[in-house]
Amino acid sequence: MEIQKTALYNYHKVLGAKFVPFAGYEMPIQYKEGIIKEHISTRSFAGFFDVSHMGQFFLEGDQSLEKSLEKIIPADLSALKLNQSKYSFLLNDNGGVIDDLIITRTEKGFNIILNAACKENDIKQISRYLSSNHKHFLDSDLSLIALQGPQAVIILESIIPGVEKLKFMNGNCFNFDKAKLYVTRSGYTGEDGFEISIPNKKVENLIKKLIDKKVKPIGLGARDTLRLEAGLCLYGHDLNEKINPVEANLKWAIAKKRQEEGGFNGWEKIKKNIENGSSKLRVGILPEGKIIAREGTKIFSTDDKEIGKITSGTFGPSVKASVAMGYINSKFSSVDTKIKIEVRGKKHNAKVSKLPFYKKSYVK
Amino acid sequence: MSEKKFSKNHEWISIEGDIALVGITKHATEMLGDIVFVEVPEKGKSVEASGQTAVVESTKAASDVYSPVSGEITEGNQVIVDDPSKVNADPEGEGWFFKIKIKNKSQLDNLMSKEDYEKFIKDNPS
Repeated sequence: MEIQKTALYNYHKVLGAKFVPFAGYEMPIQYKEGIIKEHISTRSFAGFFDVSHMGQFFLEGDQSLEKSLEKIIPADLSALKLNQSKYSFLLNDNGGVIDDLIITRTEKGFNIILNAACKENDIKQISRYLSSNHKHFLDSDLSLIALQGPQAVIILESIIPGVEKLKFMNGNCFNFDKAKLYVTRSGYTGEDGFEISIPNKKVENLIKKLIDKKVKPIGLGARDTLRLEAGLCLYGHDLNEKINPVEANLKWAIAKKRQEEGGFNGWEKIKKNIENGSSKLRVGILPEGKIIAREGTKIFSTDDKEIGKITSGTFGPSVKASVAMGYINSKFSSVDTKIKIEVRGKKHNAKVSKLPFYKKSYVK
Repeated sequence: MSEKKFSKNHEWISIEGDIALVGITKHATEMLGDIVFVEVPEKGKSVEASGQTAVVESTKAASDVYSPVSGEITEGNQVIVDDPSKVNADPEGEGWFFKIKIKNKSQLDNLMSKEDYEKFIKDNPS
């Protein structure tokens, strides 16, 4: 398959992006200043991210649509208000995570933001539950821009008046440059911010306005360090089809009502895990010193029994330390448990940590 | 006067008599990005030419650092272990990796001059 490019590709070049192939797209991994500076400028001011590779999937239909979606998504969609968003999943028959997503109720139905690498399969899986009167389409005429950081609200309000009124995980339609945009107050960095769905033709214009306000472009590299500090999962690394939301420590994302009433894929298994606990759990891990525990690093108990594996690890520029997350035998999952990690054949001390590593500052 | 040579693995070696200082080139640091972890060899360790000798990790990934020549390590640079960002700041000065006692000086003939190395990175863009 030919590698795809987002509408901003040429403009990223102008901005000095270094590209890498990611989920079938040529995406900026970093710009001129590098990952650490990009990370810090997002946390201290604001940064924008081109996340147009992600799928913007729209579903339209009558009341039966939410019932159909609830078979594969464990969110309480009947309680989801117009323009309200929830973090949720697509689940397989074993309760494994096919993808993690953000679902928002729209006038005509729902909008779902899907991971780029998963979107084709996701649509196939969702379609299995839809009826002939449910319309669905992936809109590739739209770009998606995340604006994140403590100054994001002031900056975006000056460009798109009204966005400051949005509450966390809520969205609305706005006008910009004679076009209709859909803006949600959300993101994946642990900072306050927005995700802006905008026609491809207008996206460069919006970015120029952001750059006028001194907002820096941020690549996938800093997106990864930011989300990891915020304790957020990256699909394909911290989540996959063999892991269920309870094991992933994401039970909170399954609506209470749905936990009790079920009616979604893998509920029996998930219910058992909720009641009896799961044998493994996703935890935060803080290695001692500067040693970095990359994905695949084995975790051992202090008496050298293998008890888990790291799924993401890097240097956290804001916490100024090596940070990681991984799956560990539940017996060892309590905060501050001493463990060892094996890096390049040598075992190093580490401990289980609470998540997030960096305190979130969402606007409620 | 010391003489500086370069390897295809993007290390530099600065030779003064039998002892040489080894580090990674500015070009290497630009390819790696922000360096956040460094492991240097211990004093007394024997290393082979092109053998894995040190480790450098950026925010993105871990990479090996090879010794351009065979010999015995006489010192690892603790300064960059304590502050890995020094490698980005001054890769061919304060950011050196290790000192080595050269075993066989003829191995230096396999390395490149500054001009040759600059041509090499131009012809082999990352």
